[in-house]
Parts: sequence; structure tokens; C-alpha cells
Amino acid sequence: MSKGVAITGMGIISAIGNNVSENYKALIEGKKGVSKISKINTIHKDAIMVGEIDFTNAAFEDQLGLSADNNYSRTAMLGIVAAKEAIKDAGITDINKYSTGLISSTSVGGMDMTEQYYYEYLEKETHRKYIDSHHAGDSTQRIAEHLGIEESLVTTISTACSSAANAIMLGARLIKSGELDRVVVGGKDCLSKFTINGFKTLMILSDTYNTPFDENRKGLNLGEAAAYLVLESDKIVKAENKKVLAYVKGYANANDAFHQTASSENGDGATLAMEKALKVAGLHPSEIDYINAHGTATGNNDLSEGRAIGRVFGNDVPDFSSTKPYTGHTLAAAGAIEAVYSVLALQNNIVYPNLNFKTQMKEFDITPQTELKEKELQNVLSNSLGFGGNCSTVIFSKSQ
Amino acid sequence: MKKVYINSVASISAQKTFDNTQFLEDVCSYEEIVLPVVSPNYKDYIPAAAARRMAKGIKMGVVASKLALEEAELENVDAIITGTGMGCVRDSEKFVSAIIDNDEQYLTPTSFIQSTHNTVGGQIALGIGCKGYNFTYVHSSNSFESSLLDAKLMLQNNEANSILIGGVDELGTHTTKLHQVVNHIKTDIDNSLDVLKSNTEGAVFGEGANFFTLGNEKKDSVYAEVVGVKMYNTLKTPIKNLTEQFLSSQNIAIADIDLVILGNNGDVTFDANYDELTSSIFVSTQQAYYKHLCGEFNTASSFGFWLASKILKNQDLPKVTMLNDVNTSSFKYVLLYNQYRDQNHSFTLLRKC
Repeated sequence: MSKGVAITGMGIISAIGNNVSENYKALIEGKKGVSKISKINTIHKDAIMVGEIDFTNAAFEDQLGLSADNNYSRTAMLGIVAAKEAIKDAGITDINKYSTGLISSTSVGGMDMTEQYYYEYLEKETHRKYIDSHHAGDSTQRIAEHLGIEESLVTTISTACSSAANAIMLGARLIKSGELDRVVVGGKDCLSKFTINGFKTLMILSDTYNTPFDENRKGLNLGEAAAYLVLESDKIVKAENKKVLAYVKGYANANDAFHQTASSENGDGATLAMEKALKVAGLHPSEIDYINAHGTATGNNDLSEGRAIGRVFGNDVPDFSSTKPYTGHTLAAAGAIEAVYSVLALQNNIVYPNLNFKTQMKEFDITPQTELKEKELQNVLSNSLGFGGNCSTVIFSKSQ
Repeated sequence: MKKVYINSVASISAQKTFDNTQFLEDVCSYEEIVLPVVSPNYKDYIPAAAARRMAKGIKMGVVASKLALEEAELENVDAIITGTGMGCVRDSEKFVSAIIDNDEQYLTPTSFIQSTHNTVGGQIALGIGCKGYNFTYVHSSNSFESSLLDAKLMLQNNEANSILIGGVDELGTHTTKLHQVVNHIKTDIDNSLDVLKSNTEGAVFGEGANFFTLGNEKKDSVYAEVVGVKMYNTLKTPIKNLTEQFLSSQNIAIADIDLVILGNNGDVTFDANYDELTSSIFVSTQQAYYKHLCGEFNTASSFGFWLASKILKNQDLPKVTMLNDVNTSSFKYVLLYNQYRDQNHSFTLLRKC
């Protein structure tokens, strides 16, 4: 249990860019990807804003060279684009040279197609090919197929908005325990009427740009995205003389055990997750240089998470920000999106601004970083908090 | 590395399994192409008001987990790891149809909340106040095995001492219809117990919740030891060679296996791998099957795991599960193999304690 977990490749597609470099450029330029929805015909289109990816499904099919009779959900296509970039970035040409697994996550799976053809499936044969792609594991299987991962450990995690952080965590544990040499980890979710209406009924969608940790925050913007990281063992790094982007140093998952959807006011679960992750990493809170917060801009999340940060870091809270104003809340992909951003922060010694922040919250005196800041970073902590009280923290570090 | 024990079991299935003093003595047969569970009286375990609001999957999961915790005399665990192919699919159906039928208006959040895949794991944690690790795996026929592997790693490495794991899925009317139109479900069946003789396409579907407490210390209630679990997203090696590879990685010979439990579901298109095993390396080994009892669903293999655990503890193989009869009277090693539609294959190896 003493092995290192190196990140050797990353891939991403989100509302602020179709690859890692486009995402980084948007992050440092403060360019938001949140806008009015264009690809889903919802009655809420004037009442919500979303982080939507420009490409249509047809454009993705073209880009991926899929045949006309393919049955890929948008979730699967987003995932393949990001996972392929990660593999390329890691310089992998023969994926089966080492035992390689794939741990992916999603919350909507193939729901985009299910909701579109729900009744039609029974009447007409035309779109029945999509029935197979409904379940959450299907998009993961498609990614494995496109990466050439065969006869291996491939699985899917779905713990709502902490899903991708949990995929990273499992991947790291599989490498540490020697179960696999290499694991591709991450998450993907597309926009759907299902999630738009779901969050709408919970009354936590903002009708304008989301404003994390702001006293007057009105809720979240949903987003669609996918991101993957390649995790490799010391053995591969040494044998292949791999360039290491960063290390997965600590991780933990804890449960708030408070309410099915809401977080406890004092952030018990998030506090536990951060404390346990610091312990796994062998780091003192003062060694964390930046927190990429979950910061969804809902009343409940930011209060609970902010208090938890206060409980863990006391009077010495490091720079923190939420990048949700850029991308929207990308649900099961969020933990992977923010993992890529955390690694980019480490590589470039940059703290991202928490865009849209204006007014200090009354309940505590911690304030997010609102301007782009350059400083030497060693360790970045990323939080992902989800329904079912699911709280996850992953710590990324420059050194092992 | 620490050893991993199955300290307790609980099953809610299409058979009368929730009474753990019974072991498939009184078998239910069905003439339907979907097999609903024989429900326990949920109100004996969950306050009536709470039970009314809960999805069936939640009720099954909560009750099965309570039974498993009780048997192991545990009030809490260090982690809860759940497998489910579709989660509370009836609520997903309710929410999608409400969106379409009412043009995205007059919706309420309950079914959206319960449709979230980790809702069962979350509700169990909420019920017992478990603040530990809580994961949900949703990978088709490897959902339960993913939970098992995760728990095994954690217990072996002493990151946890007791873990609740389970597989849970519920039948949903619309989803059943969808699987019917693409022939994943058989058109009809005379007797569910004869499903392997059907010689037709598709399976008989089912639902259920099978929960277990695993620990790295043996309890008095112990059923078996988990020796190994391995998953494969696809198959390229012939199944008998892959089986041999798996067993040799565990330093076990084919001859050491006293019982092989297979996930045959009677789908003529996809049962070939099972047939290859029963007619080759395991031809003289005792063979058993179970999907004629519980139906096919994403976490049906958790019923197989329950069956294997009970056989190892009781040293008794129910006649209704026997695929052949080679007169085996003692069981030390049991191997499980499962797959669904030639994807997500898994081996699980258990040993008598």
C-alpha cells in the first residue's frame, strides 16, 4: 500500500473547450461557457442557463467515424472524445502492453435517447437500437471499445455529483493494491430534459450565471462534459520513462447521512472526506495550497461546504474557488473536470478565479479567490459532493 | 493481506428467501415472463409512513440490509457498497413519462430524487447513520461484482473491518416492455423453472435484493471466505482457457472445484459460454444454476452469490439448482461464472470456512 499513483495523461471536453489546452485558455482568460440552451427543446429554455458543448451529435458521429446505424448516446460520445485525448496525451500506443482498466462514471447514461424515444420505441422500430444504450454501463463499455481495452476490469460508478471523484479514487486504489498497472478514470454526462426538470423541481436552478459562495446566489447552471485521466503505477512510469503531470496523493469518501438530497448545515460529510483524504495523503491542512471547491452556487451546498472548509482549515483557509461559473455543474463528470483543472493549476502554478462573486456570505468570513492568481502550488484539494450525502475529496500533488 | 469472510446473508427474491431459516425447500414457479419478488412485510422493518414514500428498490435494499446486519449482530458498518444496474427504475419511468405527458410541467421532485442510482445506498446509510465510504456501481451484469471487488480490496488492506455490500434491482413496467420489443425477454414461458429448456431467444426477467456483510474477522455466523473475484468487459480468450487462467492465478486446479454455479438464463443466443464450460473442463464437476429461480436482472448474480454462500455453510445443494448430479456431498471450493449478452463476464471464487 505504498505505491505512487501518477497521472500521465488528461483529456477533456466541456462548455469552455474541446480539449485540455482550450479549457486552460478559457480558464485563465475568464471565459465562461454558460449560455442559453440551444440543443434541447425545453420549455424552460428562457428560464435557465447551461454549460453546453457546441458540437451536435451528428458532428460527433462524424468526428468519431461512427456508422449511420450506431446507437451511441451523447454521453458515450463525449466520453470517447475526452478519453481518447487522455490516452494520446499519455503517449500510449499499445494499450494492452500493461494491464489496463477503465473506471468511468455517469448519472444520466443514455437518458438523452430514452427520453426522446420513450413511447416511440413501442410503436416503431426506427430508434429501438438505442434501448441497449440506456443503462449507465453502456457508455463506459463504448469508451473501452474505442480505447481497445479488452478482457479487463471495466466498471461504472454512479454516486450523483461525486461520481467522477469516486472513479479517480477507485482507480488510485486499484493501482496502489497492485490490481492493475494502469487505469483510465473519469466521468461523462450530457444534458437532458431529465436532469433539467429534475433540478428544476428541486428549485435549485439559477435563471442567470451561477455565483458560487455569493450571499445572493440563486442556484446552479447545469452543464455537459467529460474528462478522463490516465493513472499509472510506478512500474510503468519507470519502465517507460513517463512524464508525470501530477500524483493522486490522497482521497476519501464519506457520507453525510443527513438527508437524501440536502447537505447537513455544518458539512459533516464534507469535513470527514477532507480530513480522511489529508490523512491518506499524509499532509497537514496547511500544506494545501488551493481548494477547487464543489461550489455549485446552491444555497445549501455552498453553506455546507464553506462551513466544512472552515472546520478543516480553521483560521488558515487556503485560496479556494469554484470553477462551476465556467462550465456549469456537470454532475457525474464534475469531479473529473475539476481534477483536470486541479492538475493544470499545479502545472501552471495558477489559482483560478471564482467568477461572478460579488457579495460576502453572512454565515462565515471566508472569501473565494476572485482574481486569477499566480503562486507556487504543491498540493491541490478538490471536493465533489452529491445526493445521497455522498462526499468525496481528492488531493493532487506535484510530488509523490 | 487479511482474509475476507461473508459473515451474513439476506435475500429478497422471487423465492421465499427472506426467511433465512429456509433454503429453497418450497420453490415458487411462475408462468410469467417477469418474476416479481416474494415481498416480506416491509412494515415489519420500516415505519409505515416512510415505507409508503419509498421506491420498491429502496424498500428491498433497506430490508435486506437490515436482515444482513442483524444476522452478523452489527449495528453499523465501515462502508456500504451497492451494485444496481438501473437503480429505482420505476421512478425513472415515472419522471420521464411525467415530463413527456405534462410537457415538463407540474412535476414533483420525489421520483427524480429516487431515480438517482445511489439512492438505495444513501438511504441505507441514512437509516443506520453510517458516515463511512458509500459507493454505488452501475455496470450492467458486473454491478454487484464491482461492489464485491471494492469491498474485498478494502478489507484485505485493512482499510475497513466490516462492509455491507449488496445487489439490488427492481422491475419497471415500461422498461420491461422495451426489453420485450427488442427480444431481450422471451415472448412466453410455461414454467419459469424450465427456462433452460425453452430453446428460445431472450430471458425471463426478475428483480431482487441480495445483501451481505463482509468482514476481515470471522463471525460466528460466517458463511464462506471470498477467495477471488475477477471481471472482464469482453471476452477474447475461449472461456475454458480464461477459467483455467483465473483458477491458476488463485493456485487452484479444476479438480479442486467442488461446485460450479452458472448464470445461464435460457437465452439460446447467449448461453453458449456456459454450455462450453459444462461440457468441457467441468463435465465431471457438480454444476448448479439459479436464474430459473430469481429471473435475469443486472444484479441477479448477487442471488448466485447468496446461493453459493448458503451451500458452503449448510453443505447442502438444493435439488432445484442442480444442473447435473455427480454425487458431490461436501463442498470446499465453489466457482461462480456469470455474463449477460456476452458482455461483462465475471468469476467469483468462494471457499468453505
